[in-house]
Amino acid sequence: MNIHWMPEGTVYGTLLNFQREHARWAPRMSEAPYKAPPQAPVLYIKTANTFTAAGHSIALPAGQPVAVAATLGLVMGDTGVAGAVLFNDVAIVHESYYRPPVKFQCVDGFLGIGPECVPLQRLGGLDGLAGLQLELRINGVHRQTTALAELVRDAATLLADVNEFMTLRCGDVLMLGSDCLPDGSRPLVHAGDTVEISATGFKPAVHRFEPEVIA
Amino acid sequence: MKHARIAWAGAVHDAVEVDGQLELRTPALKGRRVDFDEVVWLPPLAPNPPTRPRTVIALGLNYADHAKELAFKAPDEPLAFLKGEASLTGHNGFTVRPAGVQHMHYECELAVVIGRTAKRVKRADALDFVAGYTVANDYAIRDYLENWYRPNLRVKNRDTCTPLGPWRVDAADVPDPMNLALQTTVNGKVTQQGSTRDMIFDVPTLIEYFSAFMTLQPGDLILTGTPDGVVDCQPGDVIVTSIEGIGDLVNTITSSEPA
Repeated sequence: MNIHWMPEGTVYGTLLNFQREHARWAPRMSEAPYKAPPQAPVLYIKTANTFTAAGHSIALPAGQPVAVAATLGLVMGDTGVAGAVLFNDVAIVHESYYRPPVKFQCVDGFLGIGPECVPLQRLGGLDGLAGLQLELRINGVHRQTTALAELVRDAATLLADVNEFMTLRCGDVLMLGSDCLPDGSRPLVHAGDTVEISATGFKPAVHRFEPEVIA
Repeated sequence: MKHARIAWAGAVHDAVEVDGQLELRTPALKGRRVDFDEVVWLPPLAPNPPTRPRTVIALGLNYADHAKELAFKAPDEPLAFLKGEASLTGHNGFTVRPAGVQHMHYECELAVVIGRTAKRVKRADALDFVAGYTVANDYAIRDYLENWYRPNLRVKNRDTCTPLGPWRVDAADVPDPMNLALQTTVNGKVTQQGSTRDMIFDVPTLIEYFSAFMTLQPGDLILTGTPDGVVDCQPGDVIVTSIEGIGDLVNTITSSEPA
């Protein structure tokens, strides 16, 4: 393969799909403005302007804290999930999950894409994904390990619950969600940082963060 | 000029409206005219390049009267959400009402089709980045509203639930997009009326707002919200969402069970 993999369809992200973050939020879920725990999967879209190919740099807008997050995306084929890709799901830090996070999640460049789509059968099928651990390093320093065994909805359940109301088409991507750190936050990045997301069986997703240059 | 994308005689074609007919642009059949009722209408958009899925932005609460109707105060910045291209369908299509729901309503919206790459565009220049306009019907199923990234995708991103068309009208033919009458009829009865002049955030403001942080590309869409007057729709209802000078988008509600 001579060029890096890129999404060909809509990329969906999943909120609150790790047990730790869900448990941290649980006491507040019935308070305003949420008023009840989420029933259906809470999804968002990463638009095409966010796509940053593996090895490329991501511009950091000035003045707002930006967090990185390791996640795995399921890539749909003609007959179900074809493979999986590592992603660095970048966002401006936001405390409220009430309104859709367009201005936090859809900033130019804010989805770092892993270099390859690994065929699902090489990962032991959907059930095999639960054995994966995603490692996140900033400038070579380990910051977070995310175990896919700790999902609220595992890959098969999430797919079924999403497909109940919308069809994932060939080329679409469903990211399984990202975990928070023990204190509820996500690792922050600064201009000059290089972030590497890795997992056994995958070439790592490496992206450098640079200050935004406004022409 | 009014552009359409249609399926006819075994292939998909670009066409334009000429004298009440569709004139094909396909090279082998160029100039051939077919009647409106001979074709299947697709969303009036060119396909995107393979690694650039279309960005579909939609607005909530962007008309003062609709914001009031829904018992929210008008937002101080645009309330935006996103849709996947898979939710789009064409003119004269069917939209599925799920079994057992209590409140499914249409939303007649002016849809902006971006014409060239838009990054940090100023409001005064914004309309130069518009290729044209079409009509969107941004259905919502309110039973599924949850207060997590609201309006959530289960309400707003369902298959068949975003009819678009019939025409993409060139921006040059729409001298004042901010003064167009909107109307929806259900089985011929007028249920929704408004004007694009009552948008809280007008089209130039929206393009400036979004392009400040996200680069928009040709073919991307902004659905600009709906005015007051949304009502429940049942299987069999024929919904016509119309915008002055842009088009009359016809859609029929169907049930999720096979007939």
